[in-house]
Amino acid sequence: MAKKEYSFYPGCSSERKASASNYMVSVESMCKTLDIKLNEIPDWNCCGASIGYAEGGELPRHAMNARNIALSEKHNPGQDIVATCAACWLGAKETHERLSASERLLADTREVLKEAGLDMDYKGQVEIRHMVEVLIEDFGYDQLAKPVVKPLEGIKIAGYVGCQTNRPFGVAGESFENPKYLDKLTEIMGAEPVEKYDQKVTCCGGALAFSEPDKSQAQIKKIIESAYDFGAEMIVTPCPVCQMNVEVYQDQINKKYGTKFRIPVTYYSQLMAVAYGSNAKEAGLDGNIIRAARLEEIAAKPAKK
Amino acid sequence: MSELNKAMVNKYRNDFLKEVEANVEEGDWVKMCMQCGVCSGSCPFGPYWEHPPQEIFMMIRAGKRDDVLKSESMWMCTSCYNCIVRCPRELPITHIMHGLANYAHRLGIAPKMNPTRRFAKLFWKNITKGGRVNELKLSIGLYFMDGFSNGIKKGLEMLPVGLGMVKTGRLNPFALLGGGKCKGAGDIHKMLKKAQEIENRRKGFAS
Repeated sequence: MAKKEYSFYPGCSSERKASASNYMVSVESMCKTLDIKLNEIPDWNCCGASIGYAEGGELPRHAMNARNIALSEKHNPGQDIVATCAACWLGAKETHERLSASERLLADTREVLKEAGLDMDYKGQVEIRHMVEVLIEDFGYDQLAKPVVKPLEGIKIAGYVGCQTNRPFGVAGESFENPKYLDKLTEIMGAEPVEKYDQKVTCCGGALAFSEPDKSQAQIKKIIESAYDFGAEMIVTPCPVCQMNVEVYQDQINKKYGTKFRIPVTYYSQLMAVAYGSNAKEAGLDGNIIRAARLEEIAAKPAKK
Repeated sequence: MSELNKAMVNKYRNDFLKEVEANVEEGDWVKMCMQCGVCSGSCPFGPYWEHPPQEIFMMIRAGKRDDVLKSESMWMCTSCYNCIVRCPRELPITHIMHGLANYAHRLGIAPKMNPTRRFAKLFWKNITKGGRVNELKLSIGLYFMDGFSNGIKKGLEMLPVGLGMVKTGRLNPFALLGGGKCKGAGDIHKMLKKAQEIENRRKGFAS
């Protein structure tokens, strides 16, 4: 397989000792197997996330994302920008679209960038992509299945796609109401996807899990309950906020509702890293608060020839 | 009433739709709403909105300025984008709700104690200081928003969650001392100042 190269925007939660640091670890292992080279955008900054609008407003929010795009153009010219975080991807892509559509906004943004000694050039065909798009579009399911040495046999997994990897942009060829890519990825890794999982695109509350915890936890309860109802023993997601919200509040939900939730919530990249032969640490499994015991067992076994 | 709010009331008189079109992100879409209600029915926090989006659109056209801008409604948006993808007229509803919230906040008439408004303020301050999120300072800031004793209470409630994160290497207990910093933090500050200036000029907010 030829080496593929991208300009990489990891985002705040992927930093060392941040809430999705284990996502990053597993992405690195997955990319090593697939021979993907990620060129980190030097000194990237926060995208403003979904809550940045309130204090930030319009132009300041786009300015934050434009700085990353400009730095990428400067240091990684011609390379598509790839984000692993749903909010980073959404924020950067939204700015990219708005700037491409409005000459005035682009002119204003360039004036702002001058303050940092930067500029941007919109002639290029650079796109802002999510890592799952890279996997599906630049590799495809058949290619992704080839390096599997430890199929995740016998694990039933609910694919929780969530919101921002799915809406408003989504992945080409997938529907907003019932995207299938996560199930397909699960399947080619040898596990059994829960096809009928009916909360796969339900909102977990996002940033409002902090400010409106009760309302958000009612959402999270639905997401977990449905996974159990359909016999899932694990939830998998492509989004750091989904992962954290659905994993870390299970004890609080249990207290509030008298439920007995204790279901691991993993990233697609963790499934892939394990299936590709990584050990538990390389797959970031030590970062799961509710341990994904079934994955750890498989990771500890010798690979199939 | 803030000076800016007074100025806007005087400028637009009773034409709230025109005010929204001129000052709110994606506001010129508001007149396109055909009142089908799909947005309101699709919202995960729908039941908690005092006025769901469809109602907000009609209220804007009916000139209910205070009822809209002082409402807690828009602050219930989780940014799930369900309304956007389902709207038959393809209105960028999420962005309009964000825009309305931001506008009310800038005018100084958004509900003072709304937790999402306060969290959003904290968040922006957190990320713009060093250029990246400092997750520890963000959570602690949130817990202590209502004073010291409430902060301790909330902190204790959240302690098991926090400890779980620390144990798994997903929260840095030393981040109080630093972290979340870009080398270009100074550049970012300059950029944001400039962006604010331009936006104020464009929207007629400049004093």
